[in-house]
Amino acid sequence: MIEVKDIYKSFSGNDVLKGISGKFEEGVTNLIIGGSGSGKTTLLKCMVGLHQPDSGSVLYDGRDFTPMTYEQRIEVRKEIGMLFQGSALFDSMTVEDNIMFPLNMFTDQTRKEKLERVNFCLERVNLAGKNKLFPAELSGGMKKRVGIARAISMNPKYLFCDEPNSGLDPKTSIVIDELIQELTEEFKTTTIVVTHDMNSVMGIGDYILFLHEGKKFWEGSNKEIAHTDIKELNDFVFASRFMKAAKDKF
Amino acid sequence: MNFTNFGRYILLLKSVFRRPEKLKIYLKEIAKQMDYVGVGSLGLIAIISTFIGAVMTLQIAFQLVSDFIPKTIIGSVNRDSSILELSPTISAIVLAGKIGSAISSEIGSMRVTEQIDALEIMGINAPGYLILPKIISGITMVPMLVIISMFLSISGGYLGGSLSGAVTPAEYLQGITTDFNPYTIVVALVKAFVFGFIITSVPAYEGFYVRGGALEVSQASTRAVVISCISILVCDYLVTQLLL
Repeated sequence: MIEVKDIYKSFSGNDVLKGISGKFEEGVTNLIIGGSGSGKTTLLKCMVGLHQPDSGSVLYDGRDFTPMTYEQRIEVRKEIGMLFQGSALFDSMTVEDNIMFPLNMFTDQTRKEKLERVNFCLERVNLAGKNKLFPAELSGGMKKRVGIARAISMNPKYLFCDEPNSGLDPKTSIVIDELIQELTEEFKTTTIVVTHDMNSVMGIGDYILFLHEGKKFWEGSNKEIAHTDIKELNDFVFASRFMKAAKDKF
Repeated sequence: MNFTNFGRYILLLKSVFRRPEKLKIYLKEIAKQMDYVGVGSLGLIAIISTFIGAVMTLQIAFQLVSDFIPKTIIGSVNRDSSILELSPTISAIVLAGKIGSAISSEIGSMRVTEQIDALEIMGINAPGYLILPKIISGITMVPMLVIISMFLSISGGYLGGSLSGAVTPAEYLQGITTDFNPYTIVVALVKAFVFGFIITSVPAYEGFYVRGGALEVSQASTRAVVISCISILVCDYLVTQLLL
């Protein structure tokens, strides 16, 4: 479980996060949603240590991450897998080398063992046999799936996904969402997905934290989201005509 | 580079020299960078050094019009100029353009495409993994390139002098072997070591802190080359002042 407590973060006097708190349970897909500039990616970066919060704390199963030293953080980071918005695959490496990279760095496994793990991860994301391709040879959806395969290669306890659906067609988005949900349930990871994709919200949002202008406005599940009377949330989730029509049927 | 940037540069270097996560992987990366910096730049350095040596011989011969000055002096001047100044400094400035821009663009692109963030999330010391192999390759391969450059520059002088008739081969050979002070080689290698460090660390710094997109990466690349060249010239003066 990951818990954030009263997180504040500002950049050059501009307050981006204003006291965010929330609990993200393991084995369920936790979503952080909100409009552009609401602070969701900043919150994610504070959680993984790419940004240092001005105040507040981030607890990984009770371990306070924010005051940790560089060496202590490395131990926690070995338990983290992350899928980036642009996949962030290493251009100079093949798919196989990308997935094997954390294994090379942090394990003493033999090449055969590492290759077995790579093949397992690739099979798990339905990309078996694509080992020798370079990132430039992959489609956007395939890159995301390789990104997921790399993120799960070290068997992480915590999985972070930053806008996993951005730039993907609706069908591929659903495949990625379902994959994230399956992996979360299968490996009992604490999964946190930052998104503003409404299909993801309605499809895999076991727990949803809604941010608006740097503040937490609402938390709940996808089953509850259609029955709230919070204007900011309704304006965000049911902005399109299709979603408005769908809401009436709930 | 203002004081804030200089402070950040020093802090980045502190992170670069942290203990590597896995030495084997770093050694592999160092070998790759040595191949790129050393072997990859050999052709360019060879061409430049040979021609500079040849042109130097012709220009020295052109300026030595007095019959009281022996022509062997052409070889001596060419030798000392090549060893002390031309080979280390010209090679370093050329390498700052070739290697410096490549390092800055590579690391800058990794920054804007979140690859550096990905390394950090994995628990890898990104400055160490990305920059240390480049610095080690710079401080080892640039001196080697400079040694090759010295040899080729002096040989180029021999060729230029012989082909043009500005100096006979015998006079030139006598000139380059007369009153040779091996200490000049030490000075040149100290310069090459310092320049190798600048050529790799300054562009790495510029690339590592890029924010934005393609435009900012190209701007950082240009800035890296300019700052590297200025730093090389300043350090050239300082090392010469200290050691000669």
